Amino acid sequence: MTARRASKSHGFRRDLVMSALLGAAGLLIWRAAELTLAHKDFLQDQGDARYLRVISAPAHRGMILDRNGEPLAISTPLDSVWANPAELAANRQRWPALAKVLGLTSRDLARLLAGRMQREFVYLKRHVSPALAKAVQALEIPGVALQREYGRYYPTGEVTAHVVGLTNVDDAGQEGMELAFDDWLRGTPGAKRVIRDRFGRTVEDVESIRQSQPGRALHLSVDRRIQYLAYRELKAAVRRHRARSGSVVVLDVQSGEVLALVNRPSYNPNNRADRVSDRVRNRAATDVFEPGSTVKPFTVAAGLQSGSLSADAIVDTTPGLLRVGKHTVRDIRDYGVINVATIIQKSSNVGASRIALDLPREALWQTFADVGFGAVTGSEFPGEAAGSLSDFTAWGRIHRATLAYGYGLSVTSLQLARAYGVIAGDGRLRPITFLRQDQPVAGERVLSSATAKRVKAMLETVLVDGGTGVRGRVAGYRVAGKTGTVKKSVDGRYADDRYLAVFAGMAPVSDPRLVVVTVVDEPGGKEYYGGQVAAPLFAEVMTGALRMLGVSPDDFGGMGHRVALSANQRVASRDL
Amino acid sequence: MQDDRPLAQRLHLDLSLLFGILVLAGVGFVVLYSAGGQDTDLLIRQGVRLLTALAVMFVVAMVPPRHLAYWAPWLYAAGLGLLFAVLFFGDVGKGAQRWLDLGILRFQPSEMVKITVPAMVAWYLAERSLPPRFGDIVVAGLIILVPTILIARQPDLGTALLVAVSGALVLLLAGISWRFVGMVSLLLAAFAPILWYLMHDYQQQRVLTFLNPESDPLGAGYHIIQSKIAIGSGGLYGKGWLNGTQSHLDFLPERSTDFVFAVYSEEFGLLGVLILLGLYLFVITRGLFMAFGAQETFGRLLGGGLTLTFFVYVFVNIGMVTGLLPVVGVPLPLLSYGGTSLVSLMAAFGILMSVHTHRRLLSG
Repeated sequence: MTARRASKSHGFRRDLVMSALLGAAGLLIWRAAELTLAHKDFLQDQGDARYLRVISAPAHRGMILDRNGEPLAISTPLDSVWANPAELAANRQRWPALAKVLGLTSRDLARLLAGRMQREFVYLKRHVSPALAKAVQALEIPGVALQREYGRYYPTGEVTAHVVGLTNVDDAGQEGMELAFDDWLRGTPGAKRVIRDRFGRTVEDVESIRQSQPGRALHLSVDRRIQYLAYRELKAAVRRHRARSGSVVVLDVQSGEVLALVNRPSYNPNNRADRVSDRVRNRAATDVFEPGSTVKPFTVAAGLQSGSLSADAIVDTTPGLLRVGKHTVRDIRDYGVINVATIIQKSSNVGASRIALDLPREALWQTFADVGFGAVTGSEFPGEAAGSLSDFTAWGRIHRATLAYGYGLSVTSLQLARAYGVIAGDGRLRPITFLRQDQPVAGERVLSSATAKRVKAMLETVLVDGGTGVRGRVAGYRVAGKTGTVKKSVDGRYADDRYLAVFAGMAPVSDPRLVVVTVVDEPGGKEYYGGQVAAPLFAEVMTGALRMLGVSPDDFGGMGHRVALSANQRVASRDL
Repeated sequence: MQDDRPLAQRLHLDLSLLFGILVLAGVGFVVLYSAGGQDTDLLIRQGVRLLTALAVMFVVAMVPPRHLAYWAPWLYAAGLGLLFAVLFFGDVGKGAQRWLDLGILRFQPSEMVKITVPAMVAWYLAERSLPPRFGDIVVAGLIILVPTILIARQPDLGTALLVAVSGALVLLLAGISWRFVGMVSLLLAAFAPILWYLMHDYQQQRVLTFLNPESDPLGAGYHIIQSKIAIGSGGLYGKGWLNGTQSHLDFLPERSTDFVFAVYSEEFGLLGVLILLGLYLFVITRGLFMAFGAQETFGRLLGGGLTLTFFVYVFVNIGMVTGLLPVVGVPLPLLSYGGTSLVSLMAAFGILMSVHTHRRLLSG
């Protein structure tokens, strides 16, 4: 009986085991069905979300080219190293190897990741070399991956740095033309769907959602050759005269195009460490100064234009000084009774003041405003300064007297070049542009053709023997120009030992093609006059530029030959 | 003497069981090729292991059950000794002492114990009247408990529990009263808080994670979330062999070992899962049939216990991978990549075959 009970219990037990077994198997099947059928869509989405990623495809930024198509800024594909901190933290033992490849210390790396653990994306190093990118990839550390980006390269470096400007690491324009024409240069980033593995590595491109649109190329007006020349000469001049800084602007008279614009100190835009604000500043466009004697031609132009001054008028500058109220206007020496051309040639402050005081106030203001002082040049250069030209209603006599020889207003090198462009360009004011113009720009007439011609002729006498700017001569070409030696205002007073040497001029005089303005700030040596410091620099730049552009010479006798001719006679004979 | 029995009979093989095993192992190779990133070296290594394990099975199958019974206490004692050795001299691998380095091969004594414990319990109970009396149950309980605690100390809670289960299944098959089973269950439930207290942090974490995997999706819950995604995204028909994205993009952890089922199910879908479970059920029912047909108590208890243990492995692994059970390190028999567990598994099948094929000799 016990045996029967045992065997019965045995059979029962066997059935129980079998049913438990089938029940358990059923449970697994139910669970698998639940996951694969009921939760399928949710889990599939979750799965897709883990490996399908929409990433932005960077767009190629347009090139910046000089007027002849030479590249000034180029975008090249580069890799950046990034990490998913949480994943990287799980592989702490690999940190030293990673840090070594990246050229960091383990502590740097730890600091980089500390406090960013909750993020999913942290850059470890931007824009790395292809070799470094390969080395990082070879490490195969989970949570570390590369991202394709575009980096900007400036082949002409510091020579064009101020004009071209630069982009930041995210490929957005920060300075210069890169900033001014950012929208034009920047493309539209595309989007694509990719498969990424757990380490963030892109395994496969699935589809392109939106094609990236590359940016457009920008043709600048600058000529790389002239730019190099101007930079080389400026650098030499600033060093030779131990000056603080300097600028050169070369302008095409007929179009208002900037053919060259350089400053010292400059910087290498390819080296981020070099981007100190003092060097990055484009002084020619953003720094203002009192133009000093270089405005005298416009004082004369105002007189001629108003009709109250004739070109052969005689002005008494004795005894070399002029009292205006409590103030005194001085010349270097007593020039005696001289004509208008001589005022320009010798740069007589007294003469210029007398002319200004004889004019209605608004006439002087009108001409100054007409040639572009106190207004931006239209160059669209970011941060360009407008300078200052106060309203004439507030002008007292002393104000008018000092304005006549360039104090009491401020200009940029670019504005000064533009104003000389009016004299060179037959009285027409043209907007300054950094972009290549394919057609001549008509401009707006602000001085009569006759006034412009006369002032130009007077400016030519400056370079004739006896003038202040003889060192600005260019062999083979007739040159007109004006020197300026400006006392710098320091803390509201004019310092006796700080000068700004300026020269503004044009060539060839018979049909001016170029205007060049040279500014040297605080020459440190014995020579500090515009005629000693800025004029030779002008001559070097003008000589080279004229040759590069193949401008026909117009001076076959040589300007020195004309010493015998008195400036007076020449002006008179020309007017006849 | 002319032996006119078929070759399989002479070799003491059960062809049905062998067929089931080989088909499952074949499926294992197919999945491993995909899960291992199409690494043929991996397949070769696994092939060598399988051949070794099959050789062990052949040898064990030749040994008559009464010899096995004779050796059971000695092997049990040896297993215990090795477990002690591991505690003192064992290699540390993945944060736990489980391995014993014997110079030519490293192996886990806990794997050997998976066989020797049920064998010892079966041997002990087979000598006594069934259903076992209370005293016998206590002794059997101690036989199970000592190695279980040693393994838990390594620490390897999963294997410890499985060893305990393999012994307990033999006890269950021996016919202990349901009242007793109920009492033990109640006791365990009462002791659960104490057990919790004794658990290591990471073990507690696993249980917590099991209860709510989304609580720590980047950490401990990651495994289970990923494997559920892999299984679920397989759908009814699967993504096709070598096309599983979760496994191939490295999202699925331990994909050639403990989580191989997720890879299989992502690529072959629910239909594949049904076929796989069918294969396992075939092997298990064949095993139970063989065990219950045994004439000796020792063979019946041990064979049945080992077969049910096999099933528990399958259930625990799939339950874990599908998120029904907490994550314990249990491989999926015959599919997961790994050495020692394959050998102990094949030894168990060898015992089953021995039990089955030696029975006529006894009667005749």
